Amino acid sequence: MSGRFQPGAAVRVRDAWPERQGPVHLRTPHYLRGRPGRVLRSLGAFPNPEDLAFGRPAAAVPLYHVAFDPGTLWPDAARDGDLVVEVFEHWLEPRA
Amino acid sequence: MNHDPAGLVDAEGGRLLAALRHLLAEKDIATPGEIAERIAATERASPRLGAAMVAQAWCDPAFRALMLADGTAAAESLGIAMRGLPPLGVLENTPALHHLVVCTLCSCYPRAVLGYPPFWFKSAAYRARAVRDPLGLLAEFGTQLPAGQRVRVVDSTADYRWMVLPLRPAGTQGWSAERLAALLDAGDLVGTTVPTARERV
Repeated sequence: MSGRFQPGAAVRVRDAWPERQGPVHLRTPHYLRGRPGRVLRSLGAFPNPEDLAFGRPAAAVPLYHVAFDPGTLWPDAARDGDLVVEVFEHWLEPRA
Repeated sequence: MNHDPAGLVDAEGGRLLAALRHLLAEKDIATPGEIAERIAATERASPRLGAAMVAQAWCDPAFRALMLADGTAAAESLGIAMRGLPPLGVLENTPALHHLVVCTLCSCYPRAVLGYPPFWFKSAAYRARAVRDPLGLLAEFGTQLPAGQRVRVVDSTADYRWMVLPLRPAGTQGWSAERLAALLDAGDLVGTTVPTARERV
């Protein structure tokens, strides 16, 4: 299953907080919400853990390795380097 | 190995566990034999498996290529049981890039090839600091990266389990895979430390 984002695509993690609406199971860490990143590579597609956790039918969702600049995440980020996180496609939006 | 020195499983948790096992069998989800087999496989796994993979990759370019392309297939080719387990991804350290693995959401760890995680891997302090201050954290593990080597923190949040393929230490030319494997411990395989030509095991 190929997703909508290619390696190198500029993306942003959705600034969504569904945990405020009720019980959820999320694999998107708080510290990434609303932050800009860049797709490194596709990791295939996996059943959506947000449904799996509640025993609901879970559609396969494309999963990506997305790279983030620590300077966009932390006020005290040091030196160069980056942070790479697995993010499901429905948590990503294109960034101009 | 006694995982329950305080006897907690024999108390209330034991009744819950018995009920759960009974339900899993009754609903045809997992038989007692399958559960016993999985527990045995988990207890057999140890950092020696991951160390053997890394040493093999240092000696055999074809195995190295397989390991980087498909960690699960590489592990299986060495006889490591991977069936039903999450895919294994392998992160290649280079002179320009060092990888550090963490799971900020919980404690995802490549147990199939490293066994049970060290206690600190699951600690809130490690999980919080690895993503925010990786160089400070590495320094506390006694790890000083050479100038020009950037750190890439890999937060294991979803379906993969990640291990690091470290750089082969200088001064180990001509060593056998067995001798090389003895240089590696669990920290080297998640990137908190780097191996040297000094035996660890």
